[in-house]
Amino acid sequence: MPPVVVLVTGVSRWLGGALAAELARDRSIERVIGVDTIPPSPEMLRRLGRTEFVRADIRNPLIGKVIATASVDTVVHMNISSTPAGSGGRGPMKELNVIGTMQLLAACQRASSVRRFVLKSSSAVYGASSRDPAVFTEAMQARRVPSGGFARDSLDIEGYVRSFARRRPDVGVAALRFTNFIGPRIDSVLTHFLRMPLVPTALGYDARVQLLHEDDALAVLTRATTGDFAGTANVGGEGTLLLSQVIRRLGRLQVPLPSPALGSLGRFTRRFGYVDYSPEQMRFLNFGRVVDTTVLREEFGYTPRYTTEQALADYASTLTPVIPPEVVTGVTTRAQDLVARVGSAAGSVGQRLWPAPPTPGLRAVRDA
Amino acid sequence: MPEARVIQLRPDDDEPRVPPPSSASWEEQVAGGLEFLRRRLTGDYDTDEFGFDADLTDHVLLPLLRPLFSRWFRVETHGVENVPDTGGGLVVANHSGTVPLDAMMATVALHDDHPARRRLRLLGADLVFDLPVIGSLSRKLGSTLACNEDAERLLTGGELVGVFPEGFKGIGKPFRERYTLQRFGRGGFVTAALRTGAPIIPCAIVGAEETYPMIGNVKTLARLLGLPYFPVTPTFPALGPLGLVPLPSKWLIAFGEPIETASYGPSAAEDPMLVFNLTDQVRETIQQSLYELLLQRRSVFS
Repeated sequence: MPPVVVLVTGVSRWLGGALAAELARDRSIERVIGVDTIPPSPEMLRRLGRTEFVRADIRNPLIGKVIATASVDTVVHMNISSTPAGSGGRGPMKELNVIGTMQLLAACQRASSVRRFVLKSSSAVYGASSRDPAVFTEAMQARRVPSGGFARDSLDIEGYVRSFARRRPDVGVAALRFTNFIGPRIDSVLTHFLRMPLVPTALGYDARVQLLHEDDALAVLTRATTGDFAGTANVGGEGTLLLSQVIRRLGRLQVPLPSPALGSLGRFTRRFGYVDYSPEQMRFLNFGRVVDTTVLREEFGYTPRYTTEQALADYASTLTPVIPPEVVTGVTTRAQDLVARVGSAAGSVGQRLWPAPPTPGLRAVRDA
Repeated sequence: MPEARVIQLRPDDDEPRVPPPSSASWEEQVAGGLEFLRRRLTGDYDTDEFGFDADLTDHVLLPLLRPLFSRWFRVETHGVENVPDTGGGLVVANHSGTVPLDAMMATVALHDDHPARRRLRLLGADLVFDLPVIGSLSRKLGSTLACNEDAERLLTGGELVGVFPEGFKGIGKPFRERYTLQRFGRGGFVTAALRTGAPIIPCAIVGAEETYPMIGNVKTLARLLGLPYFPVTPTFPALGPLGLVPLPSKWLIAFGEPIETASYGPSAAEDPMLVFNLTDQVRETIQQSLYELLLQRRSVFS
């Protein structure tokens, strides 16, 4: 059954806003309600169309009233912050993520109108360590349970959502574990990180990175909201790249630093809200994480349009590379030409100095 | 005379003599190097979900290992015909020599001496992937963590997987116990083969034991550094960095007849008795062929 009234939390961020706008375009949906603590930017507000914006904090019980009075039937929970910088420190971030989710779920449990709950979760729940299997399926769990930060929050949130699903078996719950987003418009930890001209990484480590294009993220969320998939699915593009490869393809300069130095640099940059080098982020940048997307393709029924490689290429088109690939190609081609010319010159000189012995005028003679 | 064969003579002897194709000239090699450099600088190469970097392996890592393989250890490979040309297979080998050179040499052996130039995807201990540089290089060379999930994924993908079930017990054993197989873990490799129906190819490696003969083990230092052992060889640490040069022992690598597992069915992986029996069978086969190879080898260094 298609949704009638949809509530989307976190609409002031790019992805939340884009989803609300997409749903608002769908005429079969009667009402789209967007909730966030901060009002959306004027540009975002224009895009939101007929979405009704409610400035509310999901951390207080007001949200319950919104759900009950509008008789919301589908809730999309996207108000999960992945960086302390975005929400004013680790304390408020945890509060927003965990307490916010608990409040929202409490409100949903009360509201009998709710039939569907979509959670934007993260593949961070699998952690990142040297003891991980190369590819995570939905049935696997983190080998080293994340002890703090966003990954811990995501694990807690999924736990609360699972117990909500147990208490309200009539609600279809879809938990989508997204890999890192990338694209020309989306703002994520990774895009911030890769926008720097010099990208510091941990010396001697190279992570496997799986990316998801923003358009695919949006399409998956829309389909999850309007469809009837219930369960957990990993969402990521086909294929992987190494972090060093990603940096090179973007024409960035990689600066490998010993891990302890990177730690202090991280504390320094975090103070200015610039780039997050939390221990958790560091582990991800050292080991990376890859998920299996069979469930997404076969049960959920969506194949991402962009592979990891294509998604990165699309993002790369919006950046001005520090080392443009054309320059590298030009230099190597010229060098190759030079080598070929030197080679042929040396060859002809050599030929003149030491002429090749004439081919022996011997002939095999046919046996009689 | 029905058994007589007609041997075709060259129809025309006036054809110009074709010189034998020479190996790539130096300018072609430099041009190839520059092209490689371009690919590396722009990230224009493929890596798989395990972090395997075929471009780097073929152009840097294997060429670095090759002199060690052919000149230093003069490795002789036997029985490559036992390794299938396509499809999954689990190569199970003995582990020895303090430093996992045997794993590297087996990789080169299968790539260079096998007609299908097969790549051996090694399964390594978690310690390997914890270490900086070594961990990421191992992944680029095609290794991944020794766990059932990864082994099964590689086998279902039709890859040739290399495993050393003795683990640190084998590689870090004292020299006096050379060529005696240690306990074979918990038989995880057999369950992986059974679940995927991949054949198990026993592999015996002779020669690695003498590369770094371990005559002592400084356990306190090992514990301090978080290593499973800290080796003392006749040359290390006495001669400092010179002690890192492996002794030029003569190597023999033999691949035995594959042990087929598909007929047991995937559910057989749940039968511990069968798993134990197969583990023992593989272990016995490798031990037996180790003894045979040792008899074949005239001396340690020739």
